[in-house]
Amino acid sequence: MTGTWEAVLVTAAGCYLLKLTGLTVPRSVLDNPRVRRFAELVPVALLAALTAVQAFGAGQALSIDPARLAGLGVAVVALLLRAPFLVVIVVAAGTAAGLRALGVA
Amino acid sequence: MTEKLDPRAARDAGQPALRNADLPAAQTAGRATGRTTARPVRDGVGLGLAVGTSGLAFGAAAVGSGLSVAQACVLSLLAFTGASQFALAGAIAGGGSLAGGVASAVLLGSRNALYGLRLTHVLEPRGPRKLLLAQGVIDETTAVSLAQPDAASARLAFRATFATIYVTWNLCTLLGAYGAGRLGPPQSLGLDVVGPAAFLALIWPRLRAGRTERAVGLLGAAVALTATPFLPPGVPVILAATAALAGALTAPARARETP
Repeated sequence: MTGTWEAVLVTAAGCYLLKLTGLTVPRSVLDNPRVRRFAELVPVALLAALTAVQAFGAGQALSIDPARLAGLGVAVVALLLRAPFLVVIVVAAGTAAGLRALGVA
Repeated sequence: MTEKLDPRAARDAGQPALRNADLPAAQTAGRATGRTTARPVRDGVGLGLAVGTSGLAFGAAAVGSGLSVAQACVLSLLAFTGASQFALAGAIAGGGSLAGGVASAVLLGSRNALYGLRLTHVLEPRGPRKLLLAQGVIDETTAVSLAQPDAASARLAFRATFATIYVTWNLCTLLGAYGAGRLGPPQSLGLDVVGPAAFLALIWPRLRAGRTERAVGLLGAAVALTATPFLPPGVPVILAATAALAGALTAPARARETP
């Protein structure tokens, strides 16, 4: 688990230094509209990619796990109904867990 | 930490309150009066409690991914930015290269640097205090601070939000991590769905924001899925940043700056 600890600490250091950098560098960096737009869109691209990879990924293979996808489908419905964050998570996990417990998926 | 989980705060953040042009005037407005101290604190504590409890989800997901309780807690204490923490946990769960996981987690944290660029004129951080304030520069503190009518209220809102989220998020991480480890195997609890459901909830407000956001999201997902069989786990997600680049180059920047 040494590697995991290193990953945890490097991530923590990197995230903190980025926050500190923002409070330190001149704000003229943001004057370029394309730079600003890129910065706004990076989280959208990365989080969408993470959602997709974790929904369909199994290591380096792609797979379809019915219980997992059903849970995500329920999450989408909850989001459309404007449910709070924790409710979305709980119903999504609960759906997958329930389907597996019932042996349906 | 997380992308604007509170629709009200997200909407407020886009409102005129403290935009670039207003900053000099806002700064000269001086200290908050008694009448104006209640709202920043109420806003900050309310959002902080609501969002901080999602630390339960992170703690559970982290342990489900194979992190120890201590590792989950250290991430919440030191990294203190939700999307990055979920990303690292996800990479570890996928069994991929840790370097790839770290890279995507840090890349996700880069937006906090941009928030800092906006907040520095409001917070006026100096000396050692800057080192402490920096840890609090996340989605929610930015949203609540920039929704305030003047700089003094914004500073107060920042501190109230930061303190509330920091305490709640870390306590809930511990509870979630400790609880999940004792309840059973992660799959039977549906914990493998917690990560993707959390990411989806985090980008949901952005996906609703405009066509470019939706296009970038779809392209990012497509790029990552296409690359998954050919590249080590973690790398496809970083590659998805090219979707943001494509979006930035093809779609004009909006006139109104969002935090």
